[in-house]
Formats: sequence, C-alpha cells, structure tokens
Amino acid sequence: MSEPFEPKIVGFLCNWCSYRAADLAGSARIKHAPNVRIIRVMCSGRVDPTFVLKALALGADGVMVAGCHPGECHYLEQNYKAMRRFHMLKHALQAMGVDDQRVRLVWASAAEGQQLADAIDQLVEDVRRLGPLNWPANWQEDAQRLKALEKIAHEHAEAMEVLS
Amino acid sequence: MAERVGVYVCHCGSNIAGMVDVEEVARWAGANLKDVVVARDYKFMCSSLGQAMIEEDIKKEKLTRVVVGACSPHLHEKTFRRACQNAGMNPYLCQMTNLREHVSWVSVDRKLATEKAKALVSASVERVKRQAPLEPMYVKVNPATLVIGGGIAGLQATLELADAGYHVYLVEREPSIGGHMAQFDKTFPTLDCSACILTPKMSEVGQHENVTLLTYAEVEEVSGSVGNFKVKIRKKARSVIYQKCTGCGICSEKCPRKVVDDVFEAGMGTRKAIYTPFPQAVPRVPVIDRASCIWFERQKCGACKKLCPTDAIDFDQQDEVIEVEVGNIIAATGWKMFDCKRIPQYGYGRLANVYTSLEFERLCNAAGPTGGKIVLRDGKTEPKEVAIIHCVGSRDVKYNEHCSAICCMAALKFGHLVLEKTQAKVYSFYIDMRTNQKGYEEFYQRLLEEGMVFVRGKVAEVTDAARKPSEQGKLIVQFEDTLLGKQQRIPVDMVILMGALEPQADAKEFGLKLGISCSMAGWYTERHPKLDPVATMTDGVFVAGACQGAKDIPASVAQGAAAAARVQGMITKGKVMIEPIVASIDEESCSGCRICNTMCPYNAIEFDPEKEVSRVITALCKGCGTCVASCPAGVITGAHFNNDQIFAEIEGILWDAAASPHGNGSAAAKPQPTAASL
Ligand SMILES: Cc1cc2nc3c(=O)[nH]c(=O)nc-3n(C[C@H](O)[C@H](O)[C@H](O)COP(=O)(O)OP(=O)(O)OC[C@H]3O[C@@H](n4cnc5c(N)ncnc54)[C@H](O)[C@@H]3O)c2cc1C
Ligand code: SF4
Ligand code: SF4
Ligand code: FES
Repeated sequence: MSEPFEPKIVGFLCNWCSYRAADLAGSARIKHAPNVRIIRVMCSGRVDPTFVLKALALGADGVMVAGCHPGECHYLEQNYKAMRRFHMLKHALQAMGVDDQRVRLVWASAAEGQQLADAIDQLVEDVRRLGPLNWPANWQEDAQRLKALEKIAHEHAEAMEVLS
Repeated sequence: MAERVGVYVCHCGSNIAGMVDVEEVARWAGANLKDVVVARDYKFMCSSLGQAMIEEDIKKEKLTRVVVGACSPHLHEKTFRRACQNAGMNPYLCQMTNLREHVSWVSVDRKLATEKAKALVSASVERVKRQAPLEPMYVKVNPATLVIGGGIAGLQATLELADAGYHVYLVEREPSIGGHMAQFDKTFPTLDCSACILTPKMSEVGQHENVTLLTYAEVEEVSGSVGNFKVKIRKKARSVIYQKCTGCGICSEKCPRKVVDDVFEAGMGTRKAIYTPFPQAVPRVPVIDRASCIWFERQKCGACKKLCPTDAIDFDQQDEVIEVEVGNIIAATGWKMFDCKRIPQYGYGRLANVYTSLEFERLCNAAGPTGGKIVLRDGKTEPKEVAIIHCVGSRDVKYNEHCSAICCMAALKFGHLVLEKTQAKVYSFYIDMRTNQKGYEEFYQRLLEEGMVFVRGKVAEVTDAARKPSEQGKLIVQFEDTLLGKQQRIPVDMVILMGALEPQADAKEFGLKLGISCSMAGWYTERHPKLDPVATMTDGVFVAGACQGAKDIPASVAQGAAAAARVQGMITKGKVMIEPIVASIDEESCSGCRICNTMCPYNAIEFDPEKEVSRVITALCKGCGTCVASCPAGVITGAHFNNDQIFAEIEGILWDAAASPHGNGSAAAKPQPTAASL
C-alpha cells in the first residue's frame, strides 16, 4: 500500500473538562489530526486499564486518556486515581513490549481547546513515527510477556488497595 | 431479539456536511452496521421537523434504539432524549455522537473526516444496543437553605430567600456577620459609607423571622444530597448565654485584658478579651476569646461575670453541635488577604510605615483606631507623600496568576481619601489600570483631575536606605518606569500595598466537605464559567461572591441574589430529577474486599458487616465510575457507562482496525443484516 500510515487512536475523555475542551477546539475551529476517536466517560477515574488494553488489542495504535487538571476533577480527586492507574498501566505495557509513547495521559480544562488539540497532534505524530502497533499478533507469540502481564495486573490490584 | 436501531446523521446546514460526506455516512451505516434498520441524513436534525422524523420512525419502524450524529451532546442530548421519550421510547436508549465539534469543525481532509465520522457512528451503534432503559429519579426538596458566610454575598442571598418566605440557616465563623465590607470606610466608586449601606442589611438579617443566625459557628459535616442535606454545625462556646445577653457592653468596657485585634482591625487596633468585633456587630452578643481571657488563664478576674447585669456570662459553656436539614446550600465564604510579608523587598513587617490595604482601610475608617485620621505609625505625623503599590501578589506567577479585580479601584479610593483628608501627594504605581465596570473609568478620570500621580511601573523595592539627603528618614520606592524605561527612586512617608485577594486558606478542604471542586488556586469552580456562574457540579450546592473568584461588592451581591434565585427555583418546583447514572454492586458476587469503599469520593458506598458486602447508597452516588474501575472482582456496574457498553463502543470505534471483530480495514464490509437477524 502506498497510502501513508494513518494511526488509529482511541481517546477516553472525561465528560466535564477534556470532552468540553474537545468541544471548544471545535467551536474555535482549531484544526487537528483526525486520528483520535473520542469515547466519552464521566471521569478519567472511570478509565479501567482494561479499556486501554482492549483498544490496543483490537487494533488501535495508540490511546489517549484525558481528564481535568489535578485538583479540578469534577468528582473531587478521581483524576489522581487515574494518574496512579495510568503509571502502572505504562509499566505493564512496557513489560509487554509496547512503547509507552503510544499511550498518553493528558490534562485539559474546558478552556484548553488549543492545548488538547496540540496534545492530539503530538500523540498522532509520535505514533505515526512508531508505526502500526499490530499488537495482538505480537503478544500472542510470547508466553513470557503474557505472564509478565498477569503479574503486573496482580500487583496493580494490590496497589489499588494501598493507594486510597 | 435483535435491537432495531435508527441512525440519524445531521448536516447542520453546511457545518457538518461541508467537511463530512453525511449522505455516505448514513448510507454506509444502513448498509454495514448490524441491526441498523433505518439510516437517514437530514439538514437540521434538531429542528422540529428533524425531531418529528425520529419520532415517526420510532413508531412506524418500531425502533428500539436511536443514534444521532450531530453536534455535542452537551448541546442537544436533552433535545433528542425528549424526542425519543415523546415517541414512547426510554430517553436513555438514545445516544448522540459528536460529528461537528469533534469532526467537521476540526478537520481539513474530507476523506479522513468521513472515516472518523463513520467510526464514531459505529461506536454509538454498538454502544446503544447495550444501553438499558433508565428511570429518572425524583427527590423532594426541603425548602430550608443553608448559607455559609455572612459577608455581603451571603447576606444578600439570605435576605432574598428569607424575604421570599423561606427559612435560612446562616452560618458565620466570626462572632459577627458583615464580612470584609464591615471593615471598610468608603466604597468605590460612589464613595458611599460602607457601614451605612451594610449595617441595615445586617440588622435585617439579625431580626428576620425566617433566619436562624448562627455566628461563631462552623459547618462540620455535610451529608445527603440535593433536596435533602443533613448538616452538622458546631456552635463554638461564646462563654456568654445568648438568650440572657442584652448587648449592653458593660463586660467589654470593664474587661481589663486588651489584645491586638488581628481580624477586624487588621492588627491596627485592640479589643478586649470579651468583645464584639465592632460596635454595629450583629449579633451584639459578645464572645470571650478564651486564649486571652484571664479567667481561662488562671481562674482570676471574672470582672465580666461580676458586672453583667443579666448574669449572662458562663465560663463553663461547651461547644454545641447541632444538626439541621436543608434542601440547598449556598457557599459565600469570601476571600483572604495575601500575606504581604511574602514579598520581603516591599518591607512589610520590617518598615513601620508600609501598610497593607486592609490596614489602611482601618486607618481611614472613622470608627477605626485613629478615628479616621491618616497618620503614620507614630499616631501623630501626617504623611507628606504616599505611595500606593498595585498588584502586590497578583498577576505574578510567583504568587497568584490572577488579577484581583478590585485593587486598582481600591487604590483610587485610597488616593481620593488621602487627597481629601491630608495635604499629601499620592503616587500610584500600577502595571495596568483596570477600571472596567460601571462608573469605574469615570472614577479614574476624577482622580486624575484630583491630582493623584500615576506611574506606570513595577516596584522593585521599598527601602529606608537613603542615598542622598532628600531621602533621609524617608521610605524610598525604587521602580522601573516602564513608559520611560528608566530606573527611578521616589522618597515617600507611607507605602500602601494593594495585596491580592486570595481564596480562603481552607477553601480546598472546605470544598471537599461540600463536595465542590476548586481551581488550582482555590477558587470554587462554577458549573459553567459563562452560562452557569453560581451553580456547581454538585447539585444543590451553589457559590456566591469572592469565594468563586476575586470580585467587587456589586458582583458579589449579584451572585448572592442569583444563587438565591436558583435555590428558589428548586424550592418552588418542589422536587428534583437526579440522573440515574449511578453505580450498583452485585451483592452476590461482591467479595467484601472494601476497596471501593475508600475509592468513592462521596462516601456513597457503605459496608454491610453482616452480609460482608459493599452497597452503593444511590442517593449519594454521583456516577463518576471510579469504583467501577477499581473493583478487582468487576462486580460494580456503572449505569449508562458499564464495561459492556464501553467495550462495545471500543469495538465499534475500531471497526476498521486490523483486529476488530467487525472486519479489517475500510475495504471489508460487514455482512448485510439479513431478514432473519432483524
Ligand atoms: C482593601 C480593599 C478594599 C475594597 N474596597 C471595595 C470597595 O470599595 N468597593 C467594592 O465593591 N469592593 C471592595 N473590595 C472588595 C470586597 O472586599 C469584596 O468584593 C467583598 O468582600 C466580597 O464579599 P463576600 O461576601 O464574597 O466575601 P467576604 O467579605 O470575605 O465575606 C465572607 C464571610 O464568610 C465568612 N466565612 C469564611 N469561611 C467560612 C466558613 N468556612 N464558615 C463560616 N463562615 C465563613 C467570613 O468570616 C466572612 O464573614 C475591597 C477589597 C479590599 C481588599
Ligand atoms: S455584660 Fe452581659 S449582657 Fe452585657 S454584653 Fe456582656 S454578656 Fe451581654
Ligand atoms: S460511581 Fe463514583 S460516586 Fe458512585 S459509588 Fe462509585 S465511586 Fe462513588
Ligand atoms: S471529571 Fe474530569 S477527570 Fe474527573
């Protein structure tokens, strides 16, 4: 195929700040790459790491999770929880051989349409550089990686308990 | 039985159709997406004709689900839900997807935009099929209201509600209501005397039959939710029996212990150990400051107790915690002043004649420590030159990024008062002059005419280190004149620092009690910065005045009234709908690990020790979904955002990706829905 590689990226945006930032980018006609497809969740704290894994496993080349700035989450401080989960997720992905540049956590207030658009462009550019992920094909081959995943998922569960 | 989905793609005039091939998206959805039985595009879906189209299809085609690809759900979700409801469909079986803000308006390539639109429509179709009918929930609204903070914003809100016939509990943590406005002499831009316009409101509140005034009190705990809050309030021990005290004031007069008053007098004056903060205080009932009282120090004195004609003094009084029930809450907790010592080069606290703006308010107040005479700290010398420095701690990334909004005007007010009361020359050191409310620019012009000197420049330092004889014994203001681009020095006798308005020190913590969030700095966040300025994301909790952001008195009053109007609307309606987007726990499968208990920001999950399972208290749940994501057993369901729905949405959105169950790449079309599958 001679067509340029167009990354497919899934974005999980919280209802209150980041989804509205995306709305604002629209109202302000701030052009950005069309590769991030947005799924609305109520809060970044709702983003279960399995959502991200599922998206990657289904063929997404990258994932963006966006929420309100720390301290500005509309459900008090759920985005801190999102942040902690996200760091663990990154570790897990690294262990499975996925470049952690492919997943990104972004804060955008409802006023930051420009910032969100910039973050989208940046992520798309980075993922474009990394090329297609083709992940499921990759990790099914490697039983060791699967084990690592299980282990991290397990640690992750414990960490969830300690952190609150 | 398979669902019957209708897909509606809006042109939005040319707003969407100009960048997305809407006809193709509709055609494609009808041909390729499973269970889609109707797919149409239309000029304006939100018009009455567009809505009628959906309603008719629901009836005729027996649709069980509807997807509308149009603008942001934040604009029209309600519209399309209502349309579905009109046609007898549960409103939560309608899903909107955003093809305008998220696609057409931000894209430049028609082909890619159309691809993206298809992905979003596909995601919504997959999701909507898994959506469940939800019933909106209604709760009754208790007509009583809690107002927190007795500054001008809280007073206004209280009076509006009380006058309308509704009961208000007004909680103020100081011994008297009045807030910062009670400390001022004059108010800009009209220069009316602050006390003359404030104290009538204070006494009205104090005497109102619909107001329970709780001063020297603090909110300890808020539970419940919109319509039915339960609030625990701690009434701190006044050491004076409220019902017996007549406010005669003999106790304060005779009390031998004098202390510096850091609150009301901003450190400029003194008060007694038993005191009311100022003569017009409401209520007039004094409090004993136990930390300074001789009796509490060494069981001596007791002058007040001996002299009180009504035997109102009670040294053994204890704090009392009461519980009240209200339907709505208005937070009007105001602001605090920037600590000017944080900028040591301005010399506050080290150089005697450097004042904060609040100190100066007391200095020129007729009821203040000098009787309104503007004199230096020695108590007698009138200044010959006065410098007023703007933006102290404001508009500076090191301290506060925001503009405090009122300092330029307050500086002009001070300039006027100095020029009126003394022979002094007044300099204003400003960065930008901000006088953009009604009557403000005119006031600025007036001060230009009155001879106030305006110097545009940032002050680097205030020092007493003289370099030449003319500077001897003076305070020297060293600054860069940004109009001339020159470093300069001006010797003066008095410096006034226009300190920033900051959020209350406990704003964040207090916000958590009320379940409302604040900006990084600590200002409470309104529901919408333009269109919903006094509501918050927590239903039934409103904000008014400077706790939401630095502002002047007129704006604080407007917000107080606006918040009261919103509350009245709730009371009149009598019931509120709460979105049924809440979590629930499958008790059968709950392992009782209690991880979710601590995750919930609203304490909406309780643990049943008998059954050893957790349970969501539906009335408290706000539906953030954090618990859903945290449950290791995966047995918490977030209504309308459950895993099944989101997984389906992910599958749908990646319909064209390599590993998608929906096929591979845009080339591969899915099998047509067959008659049997319908
Ligand atoms: C030097 C100076 C001069 C000014 N001059 C003018 C002027 O001339 N004209 C003008 O329009 N504006 C002026 N302003 C601005 C004015 O002060 C504010 O607009 C006004 O005070 C805002 O009112 P408020 O009710 O929101 O807050 P506040 O006046 O701060 O009142 C808040 C009240 O809430 C109470 N409170 C706080 N937390 C709690 C709690 N947790 N529980 C219970 N009670 C609590 C506080 O004790 C206080 O009584 C001036 C400001 C400064 C700094
Ligand atoms: S002397 Fe007694 S009645 Fe008079 S103000 Fe003091 S406590 Fe109240
Ligand atoms: S969804 Fe959020 S608010 Fe509701 S119970 Fe779970 S954590 Fe608490
Ligand atoms: S609501 Fe945006 S991160 Fe929580």
